[in-house]
Amino acid sequence: MTQQPRVVIVGAGPAGVRAAETLVAAGVRPVVLDENARWGGQIYRQPPANASFERSKQALYGFEARKADALHTTMATLLPHLDYRPDTLAWACGRGRLDTLHAGREIGVPFSHLIIASGATDRVLPVPGWTLPGVYTLGGAQVALKSQGCAIGRRVVLAGTGPLLYLVAYQYVKAGAQIAAVLDTSALSQQIAAAPKLARQPATLAKGLYYMGWLQARGVRIERDVKLAGIDGELHVRAIRWQASRRSADSETLACDAVGLGFGLRPETQLADLAGCRFRFDAQNRCWLPELDAAGRSSVPGIYLAGDGAGIAGADAAELAGRRTTLAVLDDLSIAHPRGANLPDVASLERRLQRIAIFRQGIETAFTPPADCASQWPDGMTVCRCEEVDAKTLRHCIRSGAASEINRLKALTRVGMGRCQGRMCGEAALALLSAETGKPLEAVGRLRSQPPVKPIPISPALYADGVAAIPEEARDE
Amino acid sequence: MNKPLHYDVAIAGGGLVGASSALALAKAGLRVGLFERRFCGAQASGVNYGGVRCQGRPAEQMPLAMRARRVWDRLPELIGIDGEFVVSGHLRLARKESDLAALERWAQMAREHGLEAQLLGGETFRRRYPWLGTAAIGGSLCASDGHANPRLVSPAFARAARAAGADIREQTELSEISHDGTRFQLRAGELHFTSDWLINSAGAWANRIAASFGETVPMKPIYPNMWVTEPLPLFITHNLGVYGGGVYARQVARGNCVVGGGRGQGDGEYGQPSTDTTRAVMRDACALLPALRGALLIRTWSGVEGETPDSNPVIGASRAVPRLLHAFGFSGGGFLLAPGVGEVLADLVVHGSTATPLEAFAIDRFATVSTPSLHAL
Amino acid sequence: MPGISYPPDSSDERGPQFVRIAELRRMPLTFVLDGRTVSALNGDTVLTAILTQQRQVRQSEFSGEPRAGFCLIGACQDCWVRSEDGTRLRACSTLLAEGMRIVTRGAAWDVNAGLAAGAASIISAASTTSPDGTAP
Repeated sequence: MTQQPRVVIVGAGPAGVRAAETLVAAGVRPVVLDENARWGGQIYRQPPANASFERSKQALYGFEARKADALHTTMATLLPHLDYRPDTLAWACGRGRLDTLHAGREIGVPFSHLIIASGATDRVLPVPGWTLPGVYTLGGAQVALKSQGCAIGRRVVLAGTGPLLYLVAYQYVKAGAQIAAVLDTSALSQQIAAAPKLARQPATLAKGLYYMGWLQARGVRIERDVKLAGIDGELHVRAIRWQASRRSADSETLACDAVGLGFGLRPETQLADLAGCRFRFDAQNRCWLPELDAAGRSSVPGIYLAGDGAGIAGADAAELAGRRTTLAVLDDLSIAHPRGANLPDVASLERRLQRIAIFRQGIETAFTPPADCASQWPDGMTVCRCEEVDAKTLRHCIRSGAASEINRLKALTRVGMGRCQGRMCGEAALALLSAETGKPLEAVGRLRSQPPVKPIPISPALYADGVAAIPEEARDE
Repeated sequence: MNKPLHYDVAIAGGGLVGASSALALAKAGLRVGLFERRFCGAQASGVNYGGVRCQGRPAEQMPLAMRARRVWDRLPELIGIDGEFVVSGHLRLARKESDLAALERWAQMAREHGLEAQLLGGETFRRRYPWLGTAAIGGSLCASDGHANPRLVSPAFARAARAAGADIREQTELSEISHDGTRFQLRAGELHFTSDWLINSAGAWANRIAASFGETVPMKPIYPNMWVTEPLPLFITHNLGVYGGGVYARQVARGNCVVGGGRGQGDGEYGQPSTDTTRAVMRDACALLPALRGALLIRTWSGVEGETPDSNPVIGASRAVPRLLHAFGFSGGGFLLAPGVGEVLADLVVHGSTATPLEAFAIDRFATVSTPSLHAL
Repeated sequence: MPGISYPPDSSDERGPQFVRIAELRRMPLTFVLDGRTVSALNGDTVLTAILTQQRQVRQSEFSGEPRAGFCLIGACQDCWVRSEDGTRLRACSTLLAEGMRIVTRGAAWDVNAGLAAGAASIISAASTTSPDGTAP
């Protein structure tokens, strides 16, 4: 190599940490950019440091305590061998350079090879009343407990679908919080039908069944195959309403002061988009994902993806993919793969990833988000939280023929134009487009990312260092 | 064998110029076919700054600008929506005394064209605009100027043109354009059309069409850099510009501040914002508007515009082919002008002439030698 | 609806949203919330500190409706608050510091904070529920 490689990893969750571990073992010193204050990502999120948080890893992570601890310890031992930058937001990606923000200061981070391990957020589908204080994502409900020792309310209902529903309920009840009900929009029959594929990861399946059985044994109310109707309250959550869809059209109401809402996970792909990666529609993830080869290389030379940010597959797969993708980076750098007891080879990694991939198919069958929810949304329901755009506005625009594609819909109605840039409303807007036009999800467009990936403050510190003046020929009025 | 569909006027390019031409011509009773390879108003017309501004234009643009400005007052009647057009006034700021002198000279010229601008400075200026940074010592206020939402206005013109009977064909790229001696022959994939007139309003890509008739223009693509803040309490009362350029800013009714300045980058097809430029403009914008400090910047973007060496558009008849009208190269100043250009082009088609002087916009003013068209006339 | 018993108003409306169920043995901190001095614990995020006191974090700039965050991981951007000196803070990803002065009511942005003295002609935000905010 004529030039020193500069390998940068965005994200310090399971994928990012294992990528860093593999690089360091091969003699490379990567830069690791972490938006959070401490490594661990979401699932292995650590409480704030230096604040006397006392709970053991067992208490925080349950059955995953050993994995969490291993990941945390690995990163701790890696620290002297890499450039770890916490509280650092990578907000734009140009050719060979990331723009990052840390403590109000702007720092350009050049790279020759970039591993994007940006993880995921909850997949959010709106329910009438979902903007009320007291409604949080399922992941948010978990973070409140794990990272802050808080329940999101005194009387919590968890609603939506996905394995997280049962895990969070278990964690809450175990910690002494009150779960008034678990409302799963998926039917038990779906979960049973998925059993053969789920059995490919027997330990994971066993844990899921354990959580369900444990909750049932403690009399926690679990309703399946529900149709969520709305969340009621004036200034905050007071109750949640649903229909037990197959049995009757009657609506049920349950008093509560908090709702944890989630329908699985969605990958964070904005940086990959800004980096110029080509995307393809993935039916299983129900969204557009960066095109990747089997090793995690994107369509842009030098840009790689691993973990949930490349497609939802869970924490175990993220660790494996972080390793696997980094071996491809090493190949591309003509650097030998590191060998060692804790450093599996490509064949072993790919075998395990393949097993998990089949398991994931099972998860998607067991916990499919409700199919026709878009047509049920009342006109008055807010779809875009940031801009307060309701379903009626979107339907009107689509039905008038003015927009049949998401970026056009955004330009005309403002959906997705707010601070969250479509993270919370994108799924819903696409679902509405699909429902109203009759076109499948992959035919109604892909929401284009624009920098900054997250809002940045307009701050003098951002431009303090050597920012050039606007050239004469570009001085428009 | 199917006869090709015939239009009186074919329009290549569905931006604001093309769409407003289509509307004006359809209302005059002509059969119009507009061809847009993507979506109407999605390119420069949809992503520009949104300034509706006569102030600051060179003398040769004034008659066209004044005419266009009158169309803006009739938006609801023409296109059914107001396009969020606000007559906020345009305040063109001076940073030094010589700027004020230049603004005064411009105001005198503008007065001759019927446009009023008021010079402000000193204590009056400071008291009136406490939210302006001290770098601005005064300015020229053109009260009849304003701003609007380009995302809404351009597609609305296309919709109105369709409602008036024009054939608006989106996602339809013209693959071949030629003249057979009598009429224009147009192909879009398998589809075949003919027309008596052709309007070349293909924006930053209009040179390709011009080239196919042997008359190119030294136009280059530019990528104006834009960004927008989160919604803020209303405090910027005018559309703002700075004499000598560099940064321009406006605040919409919902509170977001749209700030432009400098250049992004691009490949001629798509424009991308530049983070370096964004930072430079942040600095200049904070000097201009100290209240922006700490507010959140939530999005940056760019687009592709065609810039000519004299920053004037190309508008008017082809020198090579009869009944070919060009209207492109607006160099970043097309949003105000475009609805007026539509009327002017309709004049040329329907009446053969227009009262609005266009000599300064002639396609052959750049003294390039035009090569003969490959297609015999 | 018959049979539904909502938690009684007085304990509910002004009560906190978040409930501390673990990690209670942390060092106490005080901060100022909408002008009132209140307490929190070291290690709280600004969001936790606010929501263990009340049920809202901000008011929507369009409808004035209350919001209290949503995702807690810095994705939804629904928990931006400001401190009295005008600094914007994303509550869920900012640790509370002793003495912070947080504003959750009225305009999320104080134009005056960035200006020189004498900003008399600022138009205040279209907030229907807040009597304070910038002078017209």
